[in-house]
Amino acid sequence: MEIQHKILILDDDVDWLELSREMLAPLPSKPEIRTASSGKRALAMLDAEPFRLLICDLKMPRIDGLQVLAIVRRRFPELRTVVLSGLEDEDFRSRAYAMGVDMFWLKTEMQRNLQMYLECLESLLGRDQETGFRGIQSKNLMDIIQMECLTRSSTVLRITRGSLVAKLWIQDGELTDAEAEGVRGETAFRRILTWKSGTFENLPSEPNRERTIFKPVNALLLESAQAIDENADRAAEASDPTVQAHRRTVWKLSLLTRVGAEFVVVVPPEGQGAHEALGTQIQTAEQYARWTRRAAAIIKHMGDAVDAGPLLHLDGSNLERQLFLIPRENRNFLVGWSPEASEGLLEKTKKLVASWDS
Amino acid sequence: MGLLRNIFGSRAAVTQLPSGSITVNRAGEIVSSTVSSAYPAELLHTVGKEVLALLREARSAQMPLAEVSIHFASLRITARELRGGAIIFLFPQTALSPAAN
Repeated sequence: MEIQHKILILDDDVDWLELSREMLAPLPSKPEIRTASSGKRALAMLDAEPFRLLICDLKMPRIDGLQVLAIVRRRFPELRTVVLSGLEDEDFRSRAYAMGVDMFWLKTEMQRNLQMYLECLESLLGRDQETGFRGIQSKNLMDIIQMECLTRSSTVLRITRGSLVAKLWIQDGELTDAEAEGVRGETAFRRILTWKSGTFENLPSEPNRERTIFKPVNALLLESAQAIDENADRAAEASDPTVQAHRRTVWKLSLLTRVGAEFVVVVPPEGQGAHEALGTQIQTAEQYARWTRRAAAIIKHMGDAVDAGPLLHLDGSNLERQLFLIPRENRNFLVGWSPEASEGLLEKTKKLVASWDS
Repeated sequence: MGLLRNIFGSRAAVTQLPSGSITVNRAGEIVSSTVSSAYPAELLHTVGKEVLALLREARSAQMPLAEVSIHFASLRITARELRGGAIIFLFPQTALSPAAN
């Protein structure tokens, strides 16, 4: 005796529910069609009796479709799910597939290709004896590719990560082509493997696809894994305070060279740490730092005595160099320039001081 | 009436900023001045002494300065080293004063 499956359609639009009921009537297996206009009602119906398929809208008041699907996936793992939405947003498609839905259809697309839609539904209803696992989001992409290749599959893996879409062509267990972010071949494959998360779906194989990858998939996976490990090492290195300090120094030296200054001495207030000097010898830097501190004290005393207001900057020169002393946030910056430097030195010094801690 | 005047005196204690130039010898004594005589001499003396100290400290830090300009919010002091002493120019700064550098 043939089993009569039950389909539950969930949508907040009652007219649409009626229309859907009519559209599903021609299904060859003649399933029983039930409808619900709210997530709460749908969950109650699923609790009360067994259904084979849930067709769910996404945008609904109170409990939206994604929330319903999350509950359904946990409580009714055997239930087939189809999202039928009016939201033409790739992100929703990705999220729905990530939750393990069997199909995602746009309402407009469904109306245009009703026959195909019905065939898809019929196919889902017919998979009574289907075995296998769903929801393998905990596996990374390398595992999935290895599984496909080990089982000598022929398929096209469509991988989605947000708005990014990539494809891997596997033919008889061999990786033959990859496409991602506008590139093809091994470059695309390596790029795809750096994706940390996403969703995938198996599309029918394309045996006539031009082959661009000739290396064995295991070799490629190994190379990519090594590259990812190296990058991870570099990232770990970057979080090391010593390495960070070194990088900051290199950046500041490059800044100094870029603007053309000879040296910079940064002097914190007395008793608040050591001075920082770049572009000058240690001994000279100490003398400069001492003078900067003394000069700041003298200037402050003089400014206070004559009510001249705060110091904006000091500039001085001799035959060997030009100097600027600029106070900034509790510290004094002494910047030296060659005597030949002339154009807009004050502005350049101010910019250098402002970007010093960037 | 006039109670506050009796307590605080008839003049507000506001001193005009100095304008002009002074020359100080190596001992910090003012040799010549074009600054108004209304401006307190001890304040001019302080300016001269501090400028000399600034130049002296620069010398001892191995970076002798031939000329130095100190830009305060309302006063610019430019000093030129003069055989141990200095000639010092004082320019009050207003919104119409030319921008430095």
